[in-house]
Amino acid sequence: MDIKPEEMIKIHNPIPKKSWMDTPPDLSEGKFCYPAKAKTMEYLGIPNARDWSPADEDWKLPENWQQIIHEGFKDRLDKYRSLKVFMDICVRCGACADKCHFFIGSGDPKNMPFLRAELLRSIYRNDFTALGKLLGKIGGARKITPTVIKEWFSYFYQCTECRRCSVFCPYGIDTAEVTMMGRELLSLLGININWISDPVANCSKTGNHLGIQPQNFKEIVEFFCEDIEEISGIKINPSFNRKGAEILFVTPSGDAFADPGTYTFMGYLMLFEHIGLDYTLSTYASEGGNFGLFTSSDQMKKLNAKMYHEAERLGVKYILGGECGHMWRVVNQYMGTMNGPANFLEVPKNPITGTVFENSASTKMVHIAEFTADLIKHNKLKLDPSRNDHLNVTWHDSCNPARAMGILDEPRYVLKSVCNNFHEMPVNTIREQTFCCGSGAGLNTEEIMEQRLRGGLPRANAVKYVHEKYGVNSLACMCAIDRAALPPLMDYWVPGVDVTGLHELVGNALVMDGEKERTLNLRLEDLPGAEGDSDER
Amino acid sequence: MNVNIVLSLVAVVVLGALAFLGGSAPALQGVFGILIPYIAFVMFLGGFIWRIMKWAKSPVPFRIPTTCGQQKSLSWIKHDKIENPTTGIGVVIRMALEILTFRSLFRNTKAKIIGDRISYELELWLWLFALVFHYSFLAVLVRHMRFFLEPVPVCITFLEAVDGFFQIGLPIVLMSGVLLFAAVAFLFLRRIATPTLRYASLAADYFPLFLIMTIAGTGMYMRYFLRVDVVAVKELTMGLATLHPSIPANIDPFLFVHLFLVCVLFVYFPFSKLMHAGGIFFSPTRNMANNSRIKRHINPWNPDLPFVTYEKYENAFREKMIEAGIPVEKES
Repeated sequence: MDIKPEEMIKIHNPIPKKSWMDTPPDLSEGKFCYPAKAKTMEYLGIPNARDWSPADEDWKLPENWQQIIHEGFKDRLDKYRSLKVFMDICVRCGACADKCHFFIGSGDPKNMPFLRAELLRSIYRNDFTALGKLLGKIGGARKITPTVIKEWFSYFYQCTECRRCSVFCPYGIDTAEVTMMGRELLSLLGININWISDPVANCSKTGNHLGIQPQNFKEIVEFFCEDIEEISGIKINPSFNRKGAEILFVTPSGDAFADPGTYTFMGYLMLFEHIGLDYTLSTYASEGGNFGLFTSSDQMKKLNAKMYHEAERLGVKYILGGECGHMWRVVNQYMGTMNGPANFLEVPKNPITGTVFENSASTKMVHIAEFTADLIKHNKLKLDPSRNDHLNVTWHDSCNPARAMGILDEPRYVLKSVCNNFHEMPVNTIREQTFCCGSGAGLNTEEIMEQRLRGGLPRANAVKYVHEKYGVNSLACMCAIDRAALPPLMDYWVPGVDVTGLHELVGNALVMDGEKERTLNLRLEDLPGAEGDSDER
Repeated sequence: MNVNIVLSLVAVVVLGALAFLGGSAPALQGVFGILIPYIAFVMFLGGFIWRIMKWAKSPVPFRIPTTCGQQKSLSWIKHDKIENPTTGIGVVIRMALEILTFRSLFRNTKAKIIGDRISYELELWLWLFALVFHYSFLAVLVRHMRFFLEPVPVCITFLEAVDGFFQIGLPIVLMSGVLLFAAVAFLFLRRIATPTLRYASLAADYFPLFLIMTIAGTGMYMRYFLRVDVVAVKELTMGLATLHPSIPANIDPFLFVHLFLVCVLFVYFPFSKLMHAGGIFFSPTRNMANNSRIKRHINPWNPDLPFVTYEKYENAFREKMIEAGIPVEKES
């Protein structure tokens, strides 16, 4: 990044003299996500497949694009009460404005959630309200033009659907709903981004976003097992696509693919081995994440359907889900509705403790943090938190688990059980008020790095606070996008802070039956105090 | 000068002047004193119901509460039953707090960047003045019921007594009117003093502020300065209330300004952002329990969509799966 942190934090974005309606978006290189490729769109059945660039003057929209938007908008107003109500009731009090990480980090007024929503509302008024038709611009209405489409593209892809604004809105207006609808409308014109569409296509074809084929998925996991054997002396042989297992375990494929998520995957494997869980992994349902959520409700449903489909085929009793943010928004708020009822599954019960997870009685899918917290509470795990003593940890609540589920204290309980040094970030930046990593909702792509760093500034700044005050050097989270997005964010704003998953810390602290004396952590680094420790930490 | 502000102000002034002229012409008093109030009342009720029905017509396909506290999970983890409700009672309490105390606005913070640090300070002025505005408006509204009820119910007399508790001046100054005016003035000043807010504000944000400011202003002007003939006013309003309308002599034209602007507010209400009053009850992020994992929520238009089934997947990867030792349904 060319801009230095001390420069970037000086947010300078003077308010334009002209009305926001007459201010076009900046779509120069670096300010937009690359569009979906024609062949990906064709595969996904997205209309108007073509190769194009947002930097082009002509976006090659379909001939009747105004009609498509009008009808698509009407269709969604009829299908979603949320959209209708949110279009009508905003009073523009501005309470949401400085709650948005993109507004804080960029100063661009169109990143104020209520103005972002006005981009859509102005068209709604023009097309669907009498007052808007009558008064035009004075009534807050405007006609749709190609520039409006470009503006939508710019700003609906500067929103991570994190829902922080909706916590503060006196009417609960949720910009995530607005952004989702905006993105769906754009998709009707064939406007999608590559970083979302490619994973969606991959997930359909190979079972996961990253396009890992079955044999490779198995190889990757076996590779983890080799590392685990080196670390603990214990040989693990997880099963794949095994019928008759009690539990199907599904986690985001990011955990299989990239550090530090891979260490979290190793943590899961060690935990399951230790408690003797009867579980299987699936190469077909090898993705917990769901980039359909960032595209359209139809794509979301299609990708999500595979989990129940596979659970039914394998005859498992229920599904256990790994650490992932938006995956859990889908599981908690959409899965049962979209693809249920899962009557072929049973109400989840922890086979080790006997605890029945009544809170997932219908969807029949348990979060790994709920599962592990229950194990620890029942003293089923032998833990040596001192193995994490070189870490001074803080906890990042991921947006979706926090604000679309409320899983706040389970991971904290686990965390405090597996490490001795824990410090919370300031109260306005955690729990339901947590800040996004800046790269959620499909924006974790390289070409918009400056936007991501700006959007992640509030999160990073809170980490910096505890880093300087308490010496925090480890940022723990339970989200695969976080594990991919936070490391560059930390490197830029708070060098010296590493990112870790919750179950990586569990795996480190876990004293497994029959294990050898550990000298390495899951990253194959020397454990503090162990032989060969260089004392440099 | 901001065109949205100017136009809103001009609109209110023109409407007020219109009513003043009409109220000064005996021939038009019937229009402004009887016809328009009836039309406005019907349009308000009709419009309100129409808007509510319009919202209600669209389904709520997904259960999307914004959770602001710990979920219900393990028995030993303290569940936040109000900020993350799983039951109807929890939702009712959450909604009551939102509607009666503006719970979410009470969280409001102001983000500031000082040097290399971002701070978030509690910023409760908006919450305070919003609360003052709505409650004083309610008090004023209820007080005005004395013009439409005979005998005046004790509760209204009591409210007035409380409202005039400080016994300042004669006639005694009723706090609600003053507070209403002050709160509207604050909301206006806040809107124009915050550059980002001013930038994003529409005429629809200024118009109701000017309208309510003028309504409160004319009301106080009549009570404290003009000291209009209250008996005559009550004769007019009781006539309206009992459906035997008549225009008494001795009605000050200013009353027509006040009354007409109230009518404008009534007509404007259902077609504007003021419908947040009804809309809050329909907001899915607030009025739903977070129980979609406990009990299946039904989407009435849940589409049947083809997806890549396991069979298709195995067909694509069978050989590789067999070679890797992954179980398959069909060996060839």
